[in-house]
Amino acid sequence: MNNRLYGNLIFELSKEGRKGYSLPRNYFGDYEIPSSMCRAKEAALPACDELTVVRHYTNLSTNNFGVDTGFYPLGSCTMKYNPKLNEEMAAMPQFQNLHPLQPEETVMGAKALVLFLEKALCALTGLAHFTFKPYAGAHGELTGLMTIDNYHRSRGDMARKKVIVPDSAHGTNPASAAVCGLEILEVKSTADGLVDLEDLERLVAQEGPNIAAMMMTNPNTLGLFETSIPEIAKLIHDCGGLMYYDGANLNPMLGVCRPGDMGFDVMHINLHKTFSTPHGGGGPGAGPVGVREGLQDFFPNVSPYQGNFAVMMRACAYILSLGGEQIKNVGPLATLNANYIKESLKDVYELPIDGLCCHEFVFDGLKDKSTGVTTMDVAKRLLDYGYHAPTIYFPLLFHESLMIEPTENESKETLDAFIAVMRQIAEEAKTNPDEVKSAPHNTPIGRVDDVLAAKHPIVTYQQMLNDQD
Amino acid sequence: MAKVIEGLYYSESHEYVKVEGNIGIIGITDYAQKALGNVVYVDMPEVDDEVEAGAEFGAVESVKAASDLNSPVSGTVVEVNEALEDAPELINQDAYENWIIKVEMSDESELENLMDAAAYEAFCEKEAH
Repeated sequence: MNNRLYGNLIFELSKEGRKGYSLPRNYFGDYEIPSSMCRAKEAALPACDELTVVRHYTNLSTNNFGVDTGFYPLGSCTMKYNPKLNEEMAAMPQFQNLHPLQPEETVMGAKALVLFLEKALCALTGLAHFTFKPYAGAHGELTGLMTIDNYHRSRGDMARKKVIVPDSAHGTNPASAAVCGLEILEVKSTADGLVDLEDLERLVAQEGPNIAAMMMTNPNTLGLFETSIPEIAKLIHDCGGLMYYDGANLNPMLGVCRPGDMGFDVMHINLHKTFSTPHGGGGPGAGPVGVREGLQDFFPNVSPYQGNFAVMMRACAYILSLGGEQIKNVGPLATLNANYIKESLKDVYELPIDGLCCHEFVFDGLKDKSTGVTTMDVAKRLLDYGYHAPTIYFPLLFHESLMIEPTENESKETLDAFIAVMRQIAEEAKTNPDEVKSAPHNTPIGRVDDVLAAKHPIVTYQQMLNDQD
Repeated sequence: MAKVIEGLYYSESHEYVKVEGNIGIIGITDYAQKALGNVVYVDMPEVDDEVEAGAEFGAVESVKAASDLNSPVSGTVVEVNEALEDAPELINQDAYENWIIKVEMSDESELENLMDAAAYEAFCEKEAH
């Protein structure tokens, strides 16, 4: 049970004069620090004893939820387990203590590891070369688009400044294109949730000579496998553009099929999704970018160093622990798990596009809309039962999107328990809707006012004090 | 059911135009505000900016998503609804009362490309299913 006293902000636990340190005797004498380099006023630091600090942070850490604490079906994020073996490998002092500016001849082992990872990723994706410099998935997208831009410019083809992006795309696709100075052309989806070929043909006919690339996620954000990739790739290649593969949803394809074989020219991989390295704030990321033969000369130099090496080590450990045969099970098992949940819940949750999905799928809220219980309410209620909420209100194709991705790691027991809770929430929505609408009730913090938080965010303690005055 | 008002012109991206002389009063529809949920920010152009039919002129941000605003007609912005700067939630209270921009239309024939109330109602009905 969380201790309320120590769960306060550390500033609220501060008492003037308390301290948790004692400096050793000064053996070096006093030095005059130029006044221009001194603070005008005291730093606003909390004054606490060591035990208070320890209890404060230990209590905070118990509020955390991660893959190590429970099921985390956050769609589009592939929250798979991060095996502890990866951590052991990354912590090996022979690698951990390397310095990025060490002479090259002293880091041959590290270079061999990077080369191995490149070969493995090439084998899994069907592309010819990878750069490991990008520090995250979105950074990879930008690097990939810069590669494409460099390629067109090298041929003197300066007009290619437009990128086609499906309306179901991850928000990072248009964002990366905009950061790269490219314009976005949106292509519609059909009622089946796939790229609308007719709309694409129209765009290509209109804009052909201006098209730099088409960005695609496959399976797309609805978890549906895009079946017209050869036709799409032909359309784009014939008009002089390149095909970009957003590797966010690579997981279900792992060992089954390869973007390179489908006609994609450039792609990024989120090592923290498909290759089990830690996510986001959980650790530095890596978004390696792969290209087909010939395009490697157009990689931009996006970092003076070689990317997050410890993340690459974890990805290597993952690939080697699974091995060439086992890795082929990743995609099918992720797909099986997602379909199992989907089929078990589609009588109580609205499934807008029926049929087989890949590693994830999207419900459009509860089937029974009469209760007024929204996707937001269902997501909040899941927290009460100890589950991380799925991705909600994305993709934008539906009003009440609830996007579930279980990954291949989960046992049938875990999936069954989750399904039972989702059914229970659907039932509660009918019998006790207020309980669901006011959830969560069992979390350290209840329902937050997200409108107020968006309009008037309070992000520092000082701001909170100012607001109280 | 979302409210639709007779006499207004509607776009497929859920903006409306109310015509007063050669001025087009532009906002988002009741259907759009319901779909977006609580609006927390409206990004608006400035007076004298040019807008083009079908092109983006701003954005509406809600707790769920950020959506581009596309102008149903071309012309010059003559007024923006400054009240929305501090109180974007007015759009949720009444999307038709709380317009976003007023535009001096340069080509009134563009109105013919838009839907009337009945067509828009049918369009929303189709989109919801």
